[in-house]
Amino acid sequence: MGILAAVNRVYWHEFFFMLFAGISVVFAVCVLLTQNIVRMAFYLVLSLGSTAGLFFLAGAEFVGAMQLMIYVGGTLVLLIFGVMLTAQQRYVKMNTHPTDWVLATIVGGSLLVLLIGAAAGVDSWKDASASKKALAELDVDDARTATPLGLALTGVRVDKLDSDDPALANGQSGYLLPFIIVSVHLLVVLIGAAYMARTKRSATAPVGRAERARLNIMQMEHETDDVVYSASKQSSSSLLDSDQSQAEESTDEAQE
Amino acid sequence: MFGLEITPVIAAITVSHYLIVGAILFVIGAVCMATKRNALGILMGIELVLNGANINFIAFGSPYLRDDNLGLDGQLISLFVIVLAAAEAAVALAIALNFYNNHNTIDIDRADELKG
Amino acid sequence: MIGSLVSTGASTVTEFISQNIFGLDDPNWFMYLLCGVIAAVLVLHVIAVGALFFIWAERKIAGRIQDRLGPTRVGGKFGWLQTLADGVKLIAKEDFIPRDADAPLFKIAPYIAFAASFAAFLALPFADGAVAHHVNTAVFFVLAVLGLEVFGVILAGYASGSKWSLFGAMREAAQVVSYEVPLGMCVVIPVFVAGTMNLTTIGEMQAGWFNNWLVFHDPFTFIAAIVYFTCATASVNRAPFDLAEAESELVAGFHTEYSGLRWSFFFMAEYGSMFLVSALASILFFGGWHPPIPIDIWILEAFADPDLVAAGPLKDAVPSLVTFLVMLIGIATLVAKSVIGVVVMMWVRWTFPRLRIDQVMATCLKYCVPIAAVCFVGSMTWETLDLPSMNTINRYEIHEDWSEDLAVSTVGEDGVDPEWPEDENDDESSEVMDGEEAPIEEDSVAVQNGLSLQEGE
Repeated sequence: MGILAAVNRVYWHEFFFMLFAGISVVFAVCVLLTQNIVRMAFYLVLSLGSTAGLFFLAGAEFVGAMQLMIYVGGTLVLLIFGVMLTAQQRYVKMNTHPTDWVLATIVGGSLLVLLIGAAAGVDSWKDASASKKALAELDVDDARTATPLGLALTGVRVDKLDSDDPALANGQSGYLLPFIIVSVHLLVVLIGAAYMARTKRSATAPVGRAERARLNIMQMEHETDDVVYSASKQSSSSLLDSDQSQAEESTDEAQE
Repeated sequence: MFGLEITPVIAAITVSHYLIVGAILFVIGAVCMATKRNALGILMGIELVLNGANINFIAFGSPYLRDDNLGLDGQLISLFVIVLAAAEAAVALAIALNFYNNHNTIDIDRADELKG
Repeated sequence: MIGSLVSTGASTVTEFISQNIFGLDDPNWFMYLLCGVIAAVLVLHVIAVGALFFIWAERKIAGRIQDRLGPTRVGGKFGWLQTLADGVKLIAKEDFIPRDADAPLFKIAPYIAFAASFAAFLALPFADGAVAHHVNTAVFFVLAVLGLEVFGVILAGYASGSKWSLFGAMREAAQVVSYEVPLGMCVVIPVFVAGTMNLTTIGEMQAGWFNNWLVFHDPFTFIAAIVYFTCATASVNRAPFDLAEAESELVAGFHTEYSGLRWSFFFMAEYGSMFLVSALASILFFGGWHPPIPIDIWILEAFADPDLVAAGPLKDAVPSLVTFLVMLIGIATLVAKSVIGVVVMMWVRWTFPRLRIDQVMATCLKYCVPIAAVCFVGSMTWETLDLPSMNTINRYEIHEDWSEDLAVSTVGEDGVDPEWPEDENDDESSEVMDGEEAPIEEDSVAVQNGLSLQEGE
């Protein structure tokens, strides 16, 4: 017990930062290296999920939960599409040309050097005393950011009232206009995505190859047997419906 | 034991640590966008890039890391990024689905009709 | 050990264990880890023992509904040990992976489903103080994590390399993603009535007789509770919405290729989420850990020290053993309410026929979403106009509680960190907030005006 008491302050913040950062980076690399689309989506989920852990760690509880719900949930839709489009085995793997790899590595590597240099270049960002001080006073129950965030979205900044700048101090630094713009944007996206992803049913509209094949099959069945035709029509139309509703859902979720 | 050994290796976590993670995710996302031939893979690269940027906002806004922080602005901007990323994913998926319907593949290199 | 119950005020199970069982006010890291592990094991047992009980109950209920007896032989009169026998059988089965399967994903999928279900329990309070982790946005967190369970199902469906599994997984994905919309809308209604996303606070607000439950707040919350339960049934993939494993069409849906222990993990996850959504319904609508008749309040009042009652909340005025007893009553009440919810789900499952996939989608998009939206607007109107309600509790106290914190956070000049309010300044803020129930915007502006005046001078 003596030893245990000696290390009374364990470095949980450091430990969990390393854990989440490690998972997030390792699985991001996995996304890059794997060629299988479904596994890519799965690794992306893990990477985004542990980034949500980083958000929780930095005190942004609401954004962390939001990340889990929208980002990771949005990736879910990606995953569905991945599975749907790659139901035929030939699209599961697509290999990248070696030249692309070389070029991308050179560009990416130099970008990485630049960004890390910038990240580690400012002294006040590396000031450990500030974070030690903040951590010593850490009290998780005080992390009530959801209400101030919500108020900021309706235009009232309860945290900026003591600002030096009079224009900001007046409670004028809210995000009401951006919030409205984003809402309208989401509405536009909802309609646009539903419009683009809709199945074209009319005979005059240009029909895709997959669609044409499906129509051919239906026609052939129609010639052989009316009953079979109606059954297959029903099933294929329900398939199409489910496709469409998935596209709509992805935007629904975004709206949430 | 555990705490004592680790202390010298990593000092307290600072904003820089978060920024470095963000930078790595950003670069991986960018490389992912450049190398993938699958349309959905490119979309995943974009998500990683946005995510890396988000980490920066959260780190600068975190009261646990710096006294002189961005405050709620960091979290608010990252909220907007998340929402816009979801919207962008919806549109991009609709495009991918259309592309698949017209070309019967999701290989981006096959989208070369405008080459002339 | 129980005799050394010294301090109350622990907000999580971990703190409770470390303070009351081990008697540590500031536990070192090993003790903290140990307490955390104990809390995790407790939560794990809610799922494991819960599944053990629910599987037996499901067989019994199904039997009775179909005019059979259900299991009768294993473990005495009522077949109590039937689930254990099932478990032994499952462990003894061959662990089978199909040739076309994507082996790593196939192996990991059941654990993902289980982990998501388990993680959601972390933020679920079983009573005041009996919560594994105190999340301030608990409602949001639980919903977000619960939605991740479907990942396991999709991965299972894809990785099995079987058409049945793939169909089942796609159906489940479409269903869960679309039912999250009305589910979220219904959950938001009690959240704005209560004014917080903290599940512990929402539960505490419904103390007293059963008319204080949020389901009786107004007619719209009553309808919302029903819609919530329907959508919750659909989102945990139970009959009549169990399209993902429709036996008559898809063999066994997404878990066609699974056998043995992995298969049982899917079932633990399913029963875990059933319990979770029922518990969430109890906390949000049906009074949480408060019994319909306020036994817990009566006990607290009987043991309260009259000198301390005026000083603070009732819970601080009683011996800690009594608080512990009340907490146990609370846990028992919440578990009982949740079990009732699960039993209703079983009753529904063995009574109604399964819907078709298009009917499932129509139920969601044509009925649940509009009804939830109307309830949302209606309940908001009710709250805004302050129309008569069966609830007799004054929720403005709670509203004021957090607005008080915000008011403190605006007083930045005397060394108070503007963003992270401290308790010493409560006196000041109560002056500012004295007896006001006005929206915080005005208060904050008032504080700010005072501030700018001072600065001007």
